[in-house]
Amino acid sequence: MREQGGHVLALLAARFDDVDLADDCVQDALVQAVETWTAQGIPANPPGWLYTVAHNRAVDRLRRAAAAERRLRAAAPQLIPSPLDPDEEREELVVDEREVGDEQLRLMLLCCHPALDRDTQVALTLRLVGGLTTAEIASAYLVPEPTLAQRIVRAKRKIRAAGIPLRVPARLEERVGALLSVLLLIFNEGYLSRGGHADAVRVDLADAAIGLTERTLRLLPGHPEVEGLLALQLYHRARMSGRLDAAGDLVLLERQDRTAWDGALIARANTLLARALDRNVPGPCQVQAFIASLHANAPTAADTDWPAIAHAYTRLAELAPSPVVTLNRAVAIAMADGPRAGLAVLDGAGGLERYHLWHAARAELLARAGEPERAREGFERALRLTSNPAEQRHLRGRIRELSPRT
Amino acid sequence: MEYMFVIAGEEYPAPAPGEPGFQEYLQPWLDYAKRLMDGGHWISGASLAPSATATTVRKAFGAEPAVVDGPFMETKEQLGGYYVVRAADLDEALELAAAIPIPAGTVEVRPLGYRPDAER
Repeated sequence: MREQGGHVLALLAARFDDVDLADDCVQDALVQAVETWTAQGIPANPPGWLYTVAHNRAVDRLRRAAAAERRLRAAAPQLIPSPLDPDEEREELVVDEREVGDEQLRLMLLCCHPALDRDTQVALTLRLVGGLTTAEIASAYLVPEPTLAQRIVRAKRKIRAAGIPLRVPARLEERVGALLSVLLLIFNEGYLSRGGHADAVRVDLADAAIGLTERTLRLLPGHPEVEGLLALQLYHRARMSGRLDAAGDLVLLERQDRTAWDGALIARANTLLARALDRNVPGPCQVQAFIASLHANAPTAADTDWPAIAHAYTRLAELAPSPVVTLNRAVAIAMADGPRAGLAVLDGAGGLERYHLWHAARAELLARAGEPERAREGFERALRLTSNPAEQRHLRGRIRELSPRT
Repeated sequence: MEYMFVIAGEEYPAPAPGEPGFQEYLQPWLDYAKRLMDGGHWISGASLAPSATATTVRKAFGAEPAVVDGPFMETKEQLGGYYVVRAADLDEALELAAAIPIPAGTVEVRPLGYRPDAER
């Protein structure tokens, strides 16, 4: 029902050019659906039912608003910008996925509009497109529900007041890039925080992100970066079960049990990535997916093609430079050419002294280069800079391993 | 919709009328104003005299208005000018704002609230 709610919302938002109104009315319709469907059974065409109920609710609200406006117009005509006309009806739309494509895409791009900050983009995408409830999003991101509800209300108000348009933008590629960043951010939150806080009601953000990316790919078929992003997520998802041990601790890639990886997902990702790369339009998602593919397809850790990974990271550093990319590039170069070569890359990158993973990566390479003392210092510094429990446990473990035995 | 573009940046000396380079300095601003007018966007706009010419009237609850020398905020970035434009939506407004010919600085894009002289 989540996805159907999202389709209906996209249609209504386009129909009335008002996301806030559409959202409220779809929520009302969903509540009514639970009551009516429980009592009378599920209707023949559930999305059509939802659309009709939500649409009628919207028209009703606009009529009431128009009536209020007429009264206000009589009292203070100068305050009325333009008349509302709810009776200007177009013919009913059929709720059909093939027909909702454009409206869906418009809604997704609206949620990721650059006039909204990143946290808001994420919350809106999950709420309006993903169909998650405010409570689910709040618990997934460990923020109080009122805070998140506030953020969404403020965003919807800004969309209306600032005139953020619900249409396919002129610079589509730029905006698709923003959408992909949001989808990757949602996936990473789900992927990285797994086990960090074992919350039974926590929705799986990684799976939500995969679902949203699949939908994006249906809306933009053949888009190489969307294919790349979906492949990337599937590679990570395939390895997710091997990432944590029974105690919920992180297991390093090289020590993971590769038989626990999901071969079917890896095969699907391989197909997607091959298709994307064939289009010959390189982009950061495809490069990241390519790197993930080299890991996922290596039968053992020792078989990993590190020179190819190092090369891909160098390419990624050109396409989308970031501290994380610098670290990964250094680690890959260390694996290909030895720890000293990796350390040279890390020491050459300035401005990362407050970044715990920079210290952790340096410490790891120092340990491999036979400098346990300096390695331990590095892990200790990293430990002081992170608050993620799983990471803390991992760092403490490394410090213990490197401490002189007494 | 109607928006105000509030332009702020570091102040730099601009050539005065008649000085060499004045025409080159002015031309992009004339072109920009023409673009707004031709596109039906223009409502109003002006550059501001340097912040050194500013005087601030400060009002506090229960006190007489105080007159102070200087702009309302002493920062490196100062208000330099503004436009009030008509645009279809925020995307169009942002595109117009990005085309303002300042070499560096910021443009805040704000939807207007109530404007008494707006046409209806």
